[in-house]
Amino acid sequence: MQDSFLDIKDLVIHYSTADGEVEAVNGISFSLNKGETLGLVGETGAGKTTTALGILRLVPNPPGKILSGEINFEGRDLLKLSEKEMRKVRGNKISMIFQDPMTSLNPVITVGDQIVEAISQHYKMPASEAVKKACEMLEKVGISAERFHEYPHQFSGGMKQRVVIAIALACNPTLLLADEPTTALDVTIQAQVLELMAELKNELNTSMILITHDLGVVAEVCDKVAIMYAGEIVEIGTLEQVYNNTGHPHTEGLFGSIPDMESKEKRLHPIQGLMPDPSNLPKGCSFAPRCPYKTDKCEEQNPESVELESGHLVKCWHCINKK
Amino acid sequence: MQPKANKKKSQWKDVWLRLKRNKAAMLGLIILLLLVFCAIFSKWLAPYGYDEQELSRRFTPPLTNGFILGTDQFGRDILSRLIYGSRYSLLVGAISVTVSAIAGSAIGAVAGFYGGKIDNVFMRFIDILMAIPSTLLAIAIAAALGSGLMNVIIAVGIGSIPGYARIVRAQVLTVKEQEFIEAARMSGSGDAHIIIKHILPNCLAPIIVQATLGVASAILTAAALSFLGLGIQPPAPEWGAMLSQARQYIRGYWYVVTFPGLAIMITIFALNLFGDGLRDALDPRLKN
Repeated sequence: MQDSFLDIKDLVIHYSTADGEVEAVNGISFSLNKGETLGLVGETGAGKTTTALGILRLVPNPPGKILSGEINFEGRDLLKLSEKEMRKVRGNKISMIFQDPMTSLNPVITVGDQIVEAISQHYKMPASEAVKKACEMLEKVGISAERFHEYPHQFSGGMKQRVVIAIALACNPTLLLADEPTTALDVTIQAQVLELMAELKNELNTSMILITHDLGVVAEVCDKVAIMYAGEIVEIGTLEQVYNNTGHPHTEGLFGSIPDMESKEKRLHPIQGLMPDPSNLPKGCSFAPRCPYKTDKCEEQNPESVELESGHLVKCWHCINKK
Repeated sequence: MQPKANKKKSQWKDVWLRLKRNKAAMLGLIILLLLVFCAIFSKWLAPYGYDEQELSRRFTPPLTNGFILGTDQFGRDILSRLIYGSRYSLLVGAISVTVSAIAGSAIGAVAGFYGGKIDNVFMRFIDILMAIPSTLLAIAIAAALGSGLMNVIIAVGIGSIPGYARIVRAQVLTVKEQEFIEAARMSGSGDAHIIIKHILPNCLAPIIVQATLGVASAILTAAALSFLGLGIQPPAPEWGAMLSQARQYIRGYWYVVTFPGLAIMITIFALNLFGDGLRDALDPRLKN
């Protein structure tokens, strides 16, 4: 088997709360090659962010806990590293971009100093050199280096997100986790930021996991797509495989809920029902209660993933039967 | 690429510019600087020594025979005594507040950041301190340690630790939940780095306000201790001690009591004006 750059196997993350065990992530596996972008798509609460935090081993503990699995990153299992070694990975090898640029910058430190801090955290270099590097990063994300000494509140939302990207990429990470990086921005800025991220990603040959609700964004940026539902990956494959040869009814539902530009629609077509409570998942397939094709078997037994084509895995009884 | 294209406008320079626009704060600052000046150069500024007695000129009223503020029951020049007395008040205020602000912030930050058992242990200790009225605590400590400048500083300082600890802890609890703390963690920062570089600067405004108000109350507590005879001992011209000794003459000779009282009042007023102004100036979000 080809040695992939990030390989996650059977990752299980639970939160134990007073109301019982919340099964946020239940045995997900996927792998990513260098330079590839994976889109992680799912409804709110499907476990996308928990997965990303799990990769960095920053699931808030307590109540969260990584119960089992392997996260092989550049030949090492991140789950076996000591906290100190892990700190060297965070920000340096793997970094993260957050949803809301308004709150992910420290309001009392200038943006320049925040980039410098990210650099000097991992590289020993004279201050002047770090400042120079930080200015380069600012220019790279399209902000004039003159604004080095300004505070976050002096920037607009889109600009702040650029700064956040500059911080995330300052140490040339090999993996970038982007947690809904464009959700808090308006549509025109979204396009700019996505373009910028794609550009920098290619330039630095960074792999990326893009967490989003927006299938349109995924289609534009990603090479691979993973659809998450109730803590499981229900469908994963390349962009073409998932978009053109959709296997899982949930993915179908997601596509179905996007309004058609051509025809005039009075109502949207959402997936009926809500996601199951992750502290009380159904016994069988977790999507069964909402699935239009469900059978008795679906409600009794949780299906295994089945490979429809090479690299296209679907977790559904219907696909298993079709095979 | 010119890294220092915009000459670095340091944070403190910014703060200063904003502070300068605030007239009340500047008035407070000027009074404080005058006081500091008096304290440093009291030897040269004071027309007489603070313990120069001359019983023949007891209770000289103000503005007579060259005594601007008059003389007290031993014929000592009140103005000179006030000038020398500023040393004690400022020393007690500055040192005790610095010590208690640092200790209190450290306790509060650690308690708030780690939570759980550590939080419980630290904050219950603070609660015990808080359960004792601070003046009473100061009196008890001063009585146990004995009088003297150092002991007054310790007594006043310990009594005000809980205030800082609580304020900082509350602030840390809100700041540590913010996303930029998580972002700092993502970029590989350790706990100490996060507390010092990211959390405490965001708690600075309330600490500074509490500290400037704290200097005022420290001076008051020190004066109260001296007034009770537990603080700095006569003949040292501590303002509270001056008040205490002069209070029996209040009927006949108002100036013996009034001027030390006014000195305390003006100092505290100035500190409060300055503290408020500083708080406004320190908040970068209020920048315009």
